[in-house]
Amino acid sequence: MRKKVYLDYSATTPMKKEVLDEMLPFFNVQFGNPSSIHSFGRDNKTAVAKAREQIAKTINAASDEIFFTAGGSESDNWAIKGVAYALKEKGKHIITSKIEHHAVLHTCQYLEKEGFEVTYLNVDAYGLISLEELKAAIRPDTILITIMFANNEIGTVEPVKEIAAMAKAHGITFHTDAVQAYGNLPIDVKELGIDLMSISAHKVYGPKGIGALYVKKGTKLHPLIHGGAQEKKRRAGTENVPGIVGFGKAAEMAFEDLEGHMESLISKRDRLIQELKERIPFMHLNGHPTKRLPGNVNICIQFIEGEALLLSLDMVGIASSSGSACTSGSLDPSHVLMAIGLTHEVAHGSLRITIGDFTTDEDIDYVIQQLPPIVDRLRQMSPLFEKVKGGN
Amino acid sequence: MYSDKVMDHFMNPRNVGEIENADAVGQVGNPKCGDIMKMYLKIEDGVIVDVKFKTFGCGSAIATSSMATEMIMGKTIEEALNLSNKAVAEALDGLPPVKMHCSVLAEQAVKSAIYHYAEKNGLYFKELEGFDPDADEDHHHDEESCHI
Repeated sequence: MRKKVYLDYSATTPMKKEVLDEMLPFFNVQFGNPSSIHSFGRDNKTAVAKAREQIAKTINAASDEIFFTAGGSESDNWAIKGVAYALKEKGKHIITSKIEHHAVLHTCQYLEKEGFEVTYLNVDAYGLISLEELKAAIRPDTILITIMFANNEIGTVEPVKEIAAMAKAHGITFHTDAVQAYGNLPIDVKELGIDLMSISAHKVYGPKGIGALYVKKGTKLHPLIHGGAQEKKRRAGTENVPGIVGFGKAAEMAFEDLEGHMESLISKRDRLIQELKERIPFMHLNGHPTKRLPGNVNICIQFIEGEALLLSLDMVGIASSSGSACTSGSLDPSHVLMAIGLTHEVAHGSLRITIGDFTTDEDIDYVIQQLPPIVDRLRQMSPLFEKVKGGN
Repeated sequence: MYSDKVMDHFMNPRNVGEIENADAVGQVGNPKCGDIMKMYLKIEDGVIVDVKFKTFGCGSAIATSSMATEMIMGKTIEEALNLSNKAVAEALDGLPPVKMHCSVLAEQAVKSAIYHYAEKNGLYFKELEGFDPDADEDHHHDEESCHI
């Protein structure tokens, strides 16, 4: 059978067996509705409470500060719209960055149509926002700052603590999309000063369709989904009990040995970057060399196009992703690659390889062995490469 | 998402390369948009006796280039000028809708090469009436036209 190597952990992760085992009874045996009075319901209310506690512990929050949602995108939508609607009498100005996930960017654009004003902060060549620019953007009517913890494409980790401090000093609510950072970096919401934080289970070896929003006690937030009394009347709908139980278990496991997880990924990541650099000319790393997610490798390979790269890698069993326009279905390459100042032609040749807990040293070797000849083959076909070979 | 034929022409493209002293060379597309096709033709007595291509672009850009070269090899100039993007796409058992522009580029690459050949040799082909080899480049000042 053909070798298969999954290196797209930022897209999603395989669920751990222990997580699945924990979830299974909740589909058919322990199926009660947590809102029911009877024992079927009561048992599941306890199960949901346990998961809430498991997740709260991992970020140093209280369990009543964790609200379950259907995933990272819902958490982002809720945080941003929820603050905007709750504080619209106080002000209508929101600050975010140009490299946010679309769940944040499109929500902000939606709010602009609703009469809110949004400042989109620039980032430098590494993808870092400038604290000076942030400070200058703050207005008396600024109600929310939403800046991601770590970028999903290029892996850059933003100065969250400093941003939070600035928000606090001006009495502004601070939200961070930590979907990629959670389970990959230590996060202490109290120490960092975070008011709202989005996290998702399927990025940390848990199930899809379940996420959470951390809401610091006292934070003003409008509900997004109206209906029942679930989640303290702030997020209606019968709980996704198997998902919640799975998220709890996955969260617990992700933090059992976070340092070991980070060390292992960083060493594989840096070896992969180094060895590819040695073997592929006209290639560079996107994002910050050290302030980056442990499992993120994002490179631009000049003179070839990302989708052709992905297809070729897929043919040898390697699963990865790209920010090229041809893979996004839009006209332009990724907004993140544009924001860090890449030209269109360079951004078209981007490749994101994200590694995780099941990635082996052999997998890294396999990429190091397979990628250079693929690049070579595509470059031989590229009219852009001729000029370089000709020494122009 | 791609047919087996597209994947075959992507993984094993036909007629990749350059022709030294080609009688006709045409290039269309723009690196900004992520695809450039360059086509080289050898023409004898009005017949395309050799054709090669080089393409920077996605899988379907490479596959449509490859298929177009196969379809015009050994054909007269007039026949080559009648090659439509639809015919190229059909020969590949179809392309996803967002990738149809790749087949348009392939058609234009052939036309562009013959346009320059006609210009150089003072020839007239009614099929080239209204064809502007630089139209594509011009459009690219406006980003919206990146994908036809």
